Amino acid sequence: MSQDVKVTNRIMLRKLAVMSVLMFGFGYLLVPLYEKICDVTGINQIVKADEIGNTQVDDSRTIIVEFDSNSRGEHWYLKAIDSKKTVHPGELVEVIYELHNPSEKSVVGQAIPSYGPAYASQYIKKIDCFCFKQQEILAGQTQRLPVMFVIDSSVPDDVHTITLSFTMFEVEGAIVDEKES
Amino acid sequence: MEAAHAHDDGHDHVPSGLMRYVTTTNHKDIGSMYLWFSFAMFLVGGVMALTIRAELFQPGLQLVRPEFFNTMTTLHGLIMVFGAIMPAFVGFANWQIPMMIGAPDMAFPRMNNWSFWLLPPAASLLVLSLFVPGGGPGAGWTLYAPLTVQQGMGMDLTIFAIHILGMSSIMGSINIVTTILNMRAPGMTLMKMPLFVWTWLITAYLLIAVMPVLAGAVTMTLTDRHFGTNFFNAAGGGDPVMFQHIFWFFGHPEVYIIAIPAFGVVSQILPAFSRKPLFGYASMVYATASIAILSFLVWAHHMYTVGMPVEAQLYYMFATMLIAVPTGVKVFNWVATMWKGSMTFETPMLFAIGFLFLFTLGGFTGLVLAVVPVDVQLHDTYYVVAHFHYVMVAGALYAAFGGVYFWLPKWIGKMYDERLGKIHFWLSIIFFNIAFFPQHFLGLAGMPRRIPDYSLQFADFNMVSTIGAFGFGMAQIFFLYILLKAIRSGEPAPAKPWDGADTLEWTHLPSPAPYHSFEDPPQIR
Repeated sequence: MSQDVKVTNRIMLRKLAVMSVLMFGFGYLLVPLYEKICDVTGINQIVKADEIGNTQVDDSRTIIVEFDSNSRGEHWYLKAIDSKKTVHPGELVEVIYELHNPSEKSVVGQAIPSYGPAYASQYIKKIDCFCFKQQEILAGQTQRLPVMFVIDSSVPDDVHTITLSFTMFEVEGAIVDEKES
Repeated sequence: MEAAHAHDDGHDHVPSGLMRYVTTTNHKDIGSMYLWFSFAMFLVGGVMALTIRAELFQPGLQLVRPEFFNTMTTLHGLIMVFGAIMPAFVGFANWQIPMMIGAPDMAFPRMNNWSFWLLPPAASLLVLSLFVPGGGPGAGWTLYAPLTVQQGMGMDLTIFAIHILGMSSIMGSINIVTTILNMRAPGMTLMKMPLFVWTWLITAYLLIAVMPVLAGAVTMTLTDRHFGTNFFNAAGGGDPVMFQHIFWFFGHPEVYIIAIPAFGVVSQILPAFSRKPLFGYASMVYATASIAILSFLVWAHHMYTVGMPVEAQLYYMFATMLIAVPTGVKVFNWVATMWKGSMTFETPMLFAIGFLFLFTLGGFTGLVLAVVPVDVQLHDTYYVVAHFHYVMVAGALYAAFGGVYFWLPKWIGKMYDERLGKIHFWLSIIFFNIAFFPQHFLGLAGMPRRIPDYSLQFADFNMVSTIGAFGFGMAQIFFLYILLKAIRSGEPAPAKPWDGADTLEWTHLPSPAPYHSFEDPPQIR
């Protein structure tokens, strides 16, 4: 091949190589983009307080809410004091979870909620929840953690039982302030 | 590079022995190596497929442990996609693109050699993963988090293998784009290029755009596993669903990376055996380009069930259905090419027509799966397995078989045995349908994919499917015999064995094509 074709080939090679490097970067750009889209559209905002309007308690219906919990790691046990409650849609419900740290190490954790069935999640409006912020728990300590929520009155008739589950994750690298408590 | 070329110039001296293949920069040698490599991987992946089907022959666990079964489904997918089908079409590109556009070789012959020689180490890593503690990857070929964040070192080997395969594909694509854009013979305008070359130009751009994204996704998985990042690790605030988004941003264009070169091969074969020019050449080019662009905008139809807003589901549903329009244009043009043609049915034509029927069927089941309420029912069932095997095996693989039979006379200068070729076609198409057609019914009845056991009501169709799969596998051993027979003792092939073939490699070059072709570019009218 002639000399100019070689030169134009080199230029083309450079352009295409830059393009592939940029696309590698774009793969990483998808991460903040994904978070931004979730933020703007309100998808996946499970650890923020929900806004509730004027609620009317619907005494004609009852829904069983089960309280489940999982702990990841050996530092703690998370358990609801009541394993289930029978509630009316629109009624303000408060439950207490107990978090116990039997280990020798103080840790910081974050609870992530999950719902079963998944589509019921949109009807559980959390007003206050320990999952809205991180929890510090010292070695040997036990904490009582509240959750307050309302089941929206528009919940479909075929929903009779909703499971609310929390999983406790350790926040790696967070430092516990020993003096605070 | 210059020195080696100066040495080779002017006479058809071919270096001998193994070193010829290790050091070669000749596009024909590299093309052959790609094709043989992909055939070897096709057999390896095929053995894995038959392991899966053997286990599913009867309900209950008979042959393999469930973990190993998962490894088989994962590696079968990865090896067939990245080791068999993609390298096969890169092999076609290497052989055919320089000859079809009147170029002496690929633009970067040395890089071409490197692109190929990255493949065997990558394939070895994938196979090696089976023998490390913890076993091979068992997360499915889609490598979904959180499983990929948790599994043993077999997963690390898989991630490295994908990095290397990605590098190979990107270098190959850069080479192909540069060759097509800069090295065409005088007078070969873009809109005079054979459609196979067009489809590869578009595919190469797709590869350059999405392979790096896959590399990014598996790099994130790797850093999640070992370097304390939390992209997908839910325990650290990461989001496994995000992996699915990034993966399918790569993954959907990837299915067209596999399909579009197959479209190109079929667009060469059908006119040749219909003895008519391709119907609607320009619309074929535009339809292919539209498919490529649309493929970037529909990725989330693979994940309707992860919980997305109904508005998003509607968008992805309609955007996905839109792809049926350019695909329909292509199918229409292929059929119109055959309309009133003087058709003959040699083996390449049979495979092209087989492609046309079965790929279209697979396209229709794809449309069914695009519909959200239907997909929610069929997601992760055997219906999906049947769908993508119709487009990947009866689509891409049949086009590759057709292409091999079509160009083999040019490559080796000898004819294959026509009678045996036809037997190969009929065995393949009958056993393929025995293997995969019942899987539609299994999926509709609710049999989940990637599970080594199943309820008793699925037993009969699974037994039929396994019989078909083994028959299909045997037919491919027969294909190897046909190839070896042609290479050893085939009848000498004329320069243009197919009446209707009109591209440069048939009209300007003898059979077999000389080691160096088009040193002086041909003049295109």
